[in-house]
Amino acid sequence: MGRSLFDKVWDLHSVRELESGQTQLFIGLHLVHEVTSPQAFQMMREAGLTVLYPQRTFATVDHIVPTDALSRPLADDLAERMLTAIEKNAREFGIEFYGLGSASQGIVHVIGPELGLTQPGMTIACGDSHTSTHGAFGAIAFGIGTSQVRDVLASQTLAMARPKVRRVRVTGRLGGGVYAKDVILHIIRRLGVNGGAGHAYEFAGPILESFSMEERMTVCNMAIEGGARVGYVNPDAKTFEYLRGRRFAPQGANWDKAVAWWKSISSDGDARYDDDVALAGEEIAPTVTWGINPGQAIGVDENLPRPEEMPDTERSTAREAFEFMSLTPGDPIAGTPIDVAFIGSCTNSRISDLREAAKVAQGRHVSPGVRALVVPGSRSIKNEAEAEGLHEIFRAAGFDWREPGCSMCLAMNPDKLKGREVCASSSNRNFKGRQGSATGRTLLMSPAMVAAAAIAGRVTDVREML
Amino acid sequence: MSAAKPEELKVSRRAGRAVPVDGDDIDTDRIIPARFMKGITFEGLENHVFEDVRTGPDGKSLGHPFDDPRFQGARVLLVDRNFGCGSSREHAPQAITRWGIQALVAESYAEIFFGNCVTLGIPAVAVSRDDMATLKQLVRDEPRAEVIVDLKERVVICRDQRFPARMPDGARKQLQEGTWDATQALLSAGDAIRSTASRLPYVSGFEGAAR
Repeated sequence: MGRSLFDKVWDLHSVRELESGQTQLFIGLHLVHEVTSPQAFQMMREAGLTVLYPQRTFATVDHIVPTDALSRPLADDLAERMLTAIEKNAREFGIEFYGLGSASQGIVHVIGPELGLTQPGMTIACGDSHTSTHGAFGAIAFGIGTSQVRDVLASQTLAMARPKVRRVRVTGRLGGGVYAKDVILHIIRRLGVNGGAGHAYEFAGPILESFSMEERMTVCNMAIEGGARVGYVNPDAKTFEYLRGRRFAPQGANWDKAVAWWKSISSDGDARYDDDVALAGEEIAPTVTWGINPGQAIGVDENLPRPEEMPDTERSTAREAFEFMSLTPGDPIAGTPIDVAFIGSCTNSRISDLREAAKVAQGRHVSPGVRALVVPGSRSIKNEAEAEGLHEIFRAAGFDWREPGCSMCLAMNPDKLKGREVCASSSNRNFKGRQGSATGRTLLMSPAMVAAAAIAGRVTDVREML
Repeated sequence: MSAAKPEELKVSRRAGRAVPVDGDDIDTDRIIPARFMKGITFEGLENHVFEDVRTGPDGKSLGHPFDDPRFQGARVLLVDRNFGCGSSREHAPQAITRWGIQALVAESYAEIFFGNCVTLGIPAVAVSRDDMATLKQLVRDEPRAEVIVDLKERVVICRDQRFPARMPDGARKQLQEGTWDATQALLSAGDAIRSTASRLPYVSGFEGAAR
């Protein structure tokens, strides 16, 4: 019986078995940002420790950066202090840092792949749960807490329990207007927000194979929303083509050696999985969340579920969600009025996301009363989009065109919902209070669906606008 | 990182009054909203734990158990399924433990949240859904009752009733043996770390790899 990519990569990175029975796992790439690292660096100082592999550690600033004015000091004093702290920490511990104004700055999960830092067969850790994004390249990538950030800084290793591996195959074909975001929202809807606990998800099947690297990143990004800390796709020719020529990708004669190794760590055709599930692509419609967790999602052409018809385990959260969202069971989700439209986040802020949204926005205009913003995932994406003229399409349609960062996905910068506003959002979490207002409401959907909602002023089936 | 020896860090039993918080899928944004993560230390997070479900926009109390006089001084938190889902922010268990909680009992936890509890030396055990319902009722009926979380016996005890408690073996051993503060244990691998790195061709940029 063959082995999965997960098993191969895990075993190669295993330093030893610890007395607790956990594995001490070598981390090939450590990504650092300003929110979850300052306490870790402080603990390092207090213990007199140095970074063991500074050359495998890269930092940027994304969560707290404003997306309108970038002049220093930042208007928000606390944000300025966090920015100053990571600048100082990177300098003192000898870590490469892409700060405000750097051509390489952006959302940590966007710039890793962009720079060619993210590669197949690596283990990748970052103090951020959406680190699973990097699994799109066939890396084993996962989020960690601040004490574990300290552990990786000090030892380049982590104490980890080995998870099981579930293959999630998406079969058949997708209809028009159905995107990678819809695929992952559908997977979470079917397998549950806690269904992946204790598992790594191997995303596979013809639809994942047909996806571009950016689409694969969108799927892997939200593995954690399904409870799986790790989500990955086996590397293939698309993966290698994406990486070729990028700044940190292997160069020259080493390129062929790298590709050979990357192929060798892919899952074998007869690999053993702890679990194997298949979902039909034909069943996936443009998908919208209606509740307070990403599993509470339906097709845009469906009606809202009735709690009394739901499984016992989902009923209480569903009732809580209906109350918070002020939606009525049995009503259609299409037509739900929105106040804000947000295109951005590590899930959906890449160039292909912006192109799809721009196709919908082209020649149309944002509905009066709707506040709409587009926040590219990185400086490089912003430049690329502007070279293509996408910013002009968005501006002409009434969208704000902003500087790169995490922005309204979690509202640690000035971009926030106000009061009970409803936001059509291309981000990853619809938790209560997530977008900066305790009573603000979030409807997750694809960037094209967000653009459609912005123009109609309400949730709309984007297929009618393509 | 603690300078204490493993002997002083051993966690096998925690006991105290308990506070029940209802709801499946309570996420880390609800435990500590992101706006309170603006800072370079964990200090003061206890003042904002569960803030948005404790205080309404008008500043009035929403009657959350953390504000219920009966549960003040609680040391054990009783919660439901998939507690701590969402982000990897260690700020969530930090806020909870700085408020005074020293042990958690749930039906289940999200994985990263659970790992963060372990790295802070906080025992977080799981009981069945039915047992949690009974446990919460016992505490609501008698808020002064002591709840004991015993890792050695793998049990939660309240008012003479015993509830079987689960925790992954590795984490339980780390707590019981006082090795949950992992940095020193990891560093003690010494040369084994570099030798593992040396068999990973990407670490050298594929310089040494066979073609």
